[in-house]
Amino acid sequence: MQAVTTSEGATPTGKSQPARISAPISTDGASSQALERQKRRSSMRVSVPPAQPPRLKLSKAPFWHRAAEWLLHALAISAIVAIVLILVFTAKEAAPLFYSKLVREEVTLAKMWIPQLWPGYDESASVWQPVSEIPKFGVWPLILGTIKVTLVAMAVSVPLGVGAAVYVSQYAGPRTREIVKPVVELLAGIPSVVLGFFALMVMATWFQDAFHLESRLNALVSGVALSFAVIPVIFTLAEEALRAVPRSYVEASTALGAARWQTIGRVILPAASPGIAAGVALGLGRAVGETMIVLMASGNAAIVSASLADSTRTIAATIAAELAEVVFGGAHYTVLFFLGTLLFLVTFGINTAGDYAIRRMKRRLGSAT
Amino acid sequence: MTATDAAPPTAADRAALALQAARRTRRNFLADGALAAATGAALLIVLAILAMILFDIVRNGTPHLSWTFLSKPPSEGMTAGGIFPAIVGMVEMVVLMTLAGVPIGVATAIYLHEYASPVSPLTRAIRIAVANLAGVPSIVFGLFGLGFFVQFIGAGIDKAFFHGDKVFGQPALIWAALTMAVLTLPVVIVATEEALRAVPQELREASLALGATKFQTVFNVVVPQASTGILTGTILAVSRGAGEVAPILFTGAAYFLPLLPKNLSSQFMSPSYHVYVLSTQSPDVDATKPILYATVLVLLALTFTLNIAAVVVRARMRRRAGVAT
Repeated sequence: MQAVTTSEGATPTGKSQPARISAPISTDGASSQALERQKRRSSMRVSVPPAQPPRLKLSKAPFWHRAAEWLLHALAISAIVAIVLILVFTAKEAAPLFYSKLVREEVTLAKMWIPQLWPGYDESASVWQPVSEIPKFGVWPLILGTIKVTLVAMAVSVPLGVGAAVYVSQYAGPRTREIVKPVVELLAGIPSVVLGFFALMVMATWFQDAFHLESRLNALVSGVALSFAVIPVIFTLAEEALRAVPRSYVEASTALGAARWQTIGRVILPAASPGIAAGVALGLGRAVGETMIVLMASGNAAIVSASLADSTRTIAATIAAELAEVVFGGAHYTVLFFLGTLLFLVTFGINTAGDYAIRRMKRRLGSAT
Repeated sequence: MTATDAAPPTAADRAALALQAARRTRRNFLADGALAAATGAALLIVLAILAMILFDIVRNGTPHLSWTFLSKPPSEGMTAGGIFPAIVGMVEMVVLMTLAGVPIGVATAIYLHEYASPVSPLTRAIRIAVANLAGVPSIVFGLFGLGFFVQFIGAGIDKAFFHGDKVFGQPALIWAALTMAVLTLPVVIVATEEALRAVPQELREASLALGATKFQTVFNVVVPQASTGILTGTILAVSRGAGEVAPILFTGAAYFLPLLPKNLSSQFMSPSYHVYVLSTQSPDVDATKPILYATVLVLLALTFTLNIAAVVVRARMRRRAGVAT
């Protein structure tokens, strides 16, 4: 029976199983000759030790290697920590709005969001006058101003960004693309304070001369200047998305007899639409939160008006302009941090949506190829 | 089948079909041309915007640019002199920012690409956090810097070590640098991860097959290969940090200081903040205009040089990665 056990040990693979089972059966009903042979073979095999997977003795990694790896793991959550800290510490400074008596004497959520009948006014209005004798913290002028400037910026940057991306990805040769992409990255690299300066010094004069505007600094100028910061964001993501559309889509469309413009309009653009949407979303997040350009070029008058020619004040610019001069912990300070928290949450939502669109794009095109 | 068999197309039918096809061809030709022209025009406008900004700033900035401008402090109420203290302040801030931010960013990227399982919830949470951190408005970073670094950490240090005297509990160089380090974290992470992705898998396998531990593989083989990418990330972070204003508004930047920043708790001047204050709060715009343009030119030249350097380094890295695989 030694033979059986040895062969079992020697051939642990599944393939040899029938042979192993047959061995004892053949021993029972076989001639002595066969038994002899079996024995001899087994004696030859006995010397072979049962094979086992080799056991390597791994020396433990030095302690400092493991310590460094732990440090690496700890540092890796820095981005999460940063996001959480940003939310916690901006919200913390805004929290007295909800419980501090001192702050609530001057301002409450209702006073911020619902138009009030202020002394000297004929009808109730949402007014932002935080440093007047009676501080007024109506946020609607700021929100409408932000929306107005953002709409102008998006109206300029979406057609330009997507259009340029279509040209570079569909019509231009590889050499043009090699040049154009870094050049657009340079546009993205211009500090926003420089764009704001350019809008303030040069563009404001141009626009005033061209459209005969009353106020030099207005929603139109700041919106167009803002679009210069948004265009690279939209262009880069849209171009990547358009170029990621599989060639087979284009070939199939062309084989069906579609002209180039039909292929671009009805095949490539729809296929790349999540990526383009992501670019637009990230650009929108940038436009809503951008500070320096609007601070310098919008004129900063907190008035409710639909006209693009009027001076405007946005949420981000309000924080930047006013926080340096407020009393720490006072009502004004608290409201500015509240606006900051609001801005954070809005851009966080927009960016998460954009991020989701990018991932959907990747999954969709990933399964197509 | 039967219809066409029964009635073969007459000459008139064929002519009509040919006309239709010709019309379609012409329409497609026109539409193609129109689309190419429209999108090409969009690209040209984008490029023209960049050219216009560059042209205006270079033309108006160069006359006042001189060695004196770079090496002398401002004088006569900002209408003369130079921006030397601002350049020093910016360099100090950027160096501190790099020392604080780049190691953390690189560590995060190494963890994400070399250690973490790509599907684990933690990895996904980190990726979402990085993507969102890149999109947080810069003014919110300013608020965060004031609320966290100045009011919380700084005031805490003062309470613990300085008996409540205001030393660190006010806007200071170190707080501006740390705020900026958080702001530039995603830049470093994204660039480093891209570089790690470009390192061929075979190198890791070869190293592991030779008996190296994971740690040795990562730090002796993979990271040196990715060093150009880490450099790109650092350059881009520095360029971003030098140009941003909103995060340093309340965390340490000052309009004018008679002395250079002496220690970590000093305030500092910065060209970007200088541009903002001079162009919005100057009583005499015409007198400060030449200085303003020259400052903008310095700022723009600096960020452009850094960005072009990053593009060149990255292009070289991509080419090498292409050869290796």
